[in-house]
Amino acid sequence: MLKLIVCIKQVPMVSELPWDSRTGTLKREMAEGMMNPACKHALEAALRIKREYGGHITAMTMGPPMAAEVLYEALTLGADRGVLLTDKQMAGADTMITSFTIARAIEKECPEFDLVICGSQTADSETAQVGPQLAEELNIPCAAYIESLECKDKCLRMTRLSDDFLETLEMDLPGLVTITTRQFRPRYATLSGLEEAFQFSGITTLNAADLGLSPEQIGMKASPTRILDVFSSTAEKKNHVMTGAVKKILEEVFEKFGDKIGSAMEKDLKTHEHSD
Amino acid sequence: MKKTAKEIWVFGDYRNYFRNRVTLQLLAKSVELAKKTGSQVCAVIFGNGVQEYVNEYIAHGAEKVYVIDHDSLHEYHVETYVVLMEMIVRKYQPEMLLVGATCFGREFAPRVAKRVHTGLTADCVDLEINGDGLLVQTAPAFGGNLLAKIITPHHRPQMATVRAGVFKELPHDYHASGKVIPIPVPKRLPENRVRLIRSKHEPPRTNRIEDAKIVVCGGRGMGSKQKFKKLFALAELLGGEVGATRPVVYSGWADDDSLIGQAGRQIKPLLLLSFGISGAIQHTAALSDAKFIIAVNKNPEAPMMKMADVAIVADANQVCSALIREIRERIRS
Repeated sequence: MLKLIVCIKQVPMVSELPWDSRTGTLKREMAEGMMNPACKHALEAALRIKREYGGHITAMTMGPPMAAEVLYEALTLGADRGVLLTDKQMAGADTMITSFTIARAIEKECPEFDLVICGSQTADSETAQVGPQLAEELNIPCAAYIESLECKDKCLRMTRLSDDFLETLEMDLPGLVTITTRQFRPRYATLSGLEEAFQFSGITTLNAADLGLSPEQIGMKASPTRILDVFSSTAEKKNHVMTGAVKKILEEVFEKFGDKIGSAMEKDLKTHEHSD
Repeated sequence: MKKTAKEIWVFGDYRNYFRNRVTLQLLAKSVELAKKTGSQVCAVIFGNGVQEYVNEYIAHGAEKVYVIDHDSLHEYHVETYVVLMEMIVRKYQPEMLLVGATCFGREFAPRVAKRVHTGLTADCVDLEINGDGLLVQTAPAFGGNLLAKIITPHHRPQMATVRAGVFKELPHDYHASGKVIPIPVPKRLPENRVRLIRSKHEPPRTNRIEDAKIVVCGGRGMGSKQKFKKLFALAELLGGEVGATRPVVYSGWADDDSLIGQAGRQIKPLLLLSFGISGAIQHTAALSDAKFIIAVNKNPEAPMMKMADVAIVADANQVCSALIREIRERIRS
């Protein structure tokens, strides 16, 4: 029986996000959230390990109170317990401080763990840094971007594709892996299952004081990086904007740009409806 | 903050040397940054028998190369390299440390940053020096419609990872000379906790999309997996390839190999047709070499529409169907 911890993150579902220009951070409470895709795959990997070898899964997340939603989703899918780290003081942490905070919670809540599983990266910032940094913080071995897992006598055998090299790796547990979205296609939670999970009281909520952390150690204050400025990335060019009926638009497209389309295709296109 | 050496370090990620030029690209950028800060550009190499890379890095801008060359380093191993980098960063205290965002670099850099307790910015699309002499790192933020300028004011080194292709390497200079600093491998290297059992070179998966003259790219705006399939019909008709955005890949409408973006494939088609894509920077960063872009989106304000040559404000799925019909009719037999 393996004691598993899956670290998951709630990320905003939309790409256009409400932004607080005063603090330079995201107004997370205003965006609808979902479980980060790679985290779904990480959870799936944990569920398969549990089925294969037996295990107990703790799903852990850090975020605003609404992040509990992804813990309920994890419970529905088969996690045994949820841990929510939430505190205004924790907000704005960079990867260095996020991994520090999560490590303290793991040490407090499940110090006897065998394996920590993280998604390789999040859809909102894509840094892929928290997993490896969490392993350093817990002083355990780490393998990132794992695509397959096998466990024997608390020894994990893994494969990954790393810069065009297919690697087979082995490590003794306890350890940490990060999972990509290439393998472990996740199962989906049913609505009735979710309703059930919401009545389930398997979620522990912890704040900074519970973890014995002072405000100077966490959140934006403690983070080595600072956001100076945030701006739109759009490189605007002078373009033809076309609106109206689709049929009419396409006629105009072929009239004006049919030669460009034709030459890319290396074919001669009729650019006018009634030409020859 | 401790006093640091006036040195900009670039990690020598030489595995897959001929395909992966990111180290050379970072050296070129460092030469530019070093002019502003009055620093020295240094490369750092670990391995066994790495003299040829030392020469290459000097020929591409490194004024100094720190080398740990030893039999015991014949494996390209993250954990060992992290230990070595921590050791020499503590000893020499560089101002900046730049790492290529390869798979290896993306595991290596955060672990080094953690051990020396400093900040790290992932996947920078620009690096510059501000009036205070700080490294300003521009990176995609929050889903990618925004870019953030990030600094590390009080911790050293200032660390960043950068993807291949963001900067351009300098031409090879055979007359360049540089100082080589050999460093002995520590007597007691900690045992590798992650053991490399096998490593097999995999020929890169297909690069048809990278070389395609026409790419048809689809986003969530296509509506469903079923409707997304129409893009394949259109691509076949045009003699092109199909690319997808991250959300589409996550939804299982297209497979990982068709991902177009910073983390996926870079494309350079003569004609790019973009359907139902809003245009997060992680995606659009891979499109800068597209010659002519036609974008379809209901939202005329979407970044993808702003960067297109032709922006069609309409339902992506509907335009795709109509375009298939039009092309069929217009191809002269």
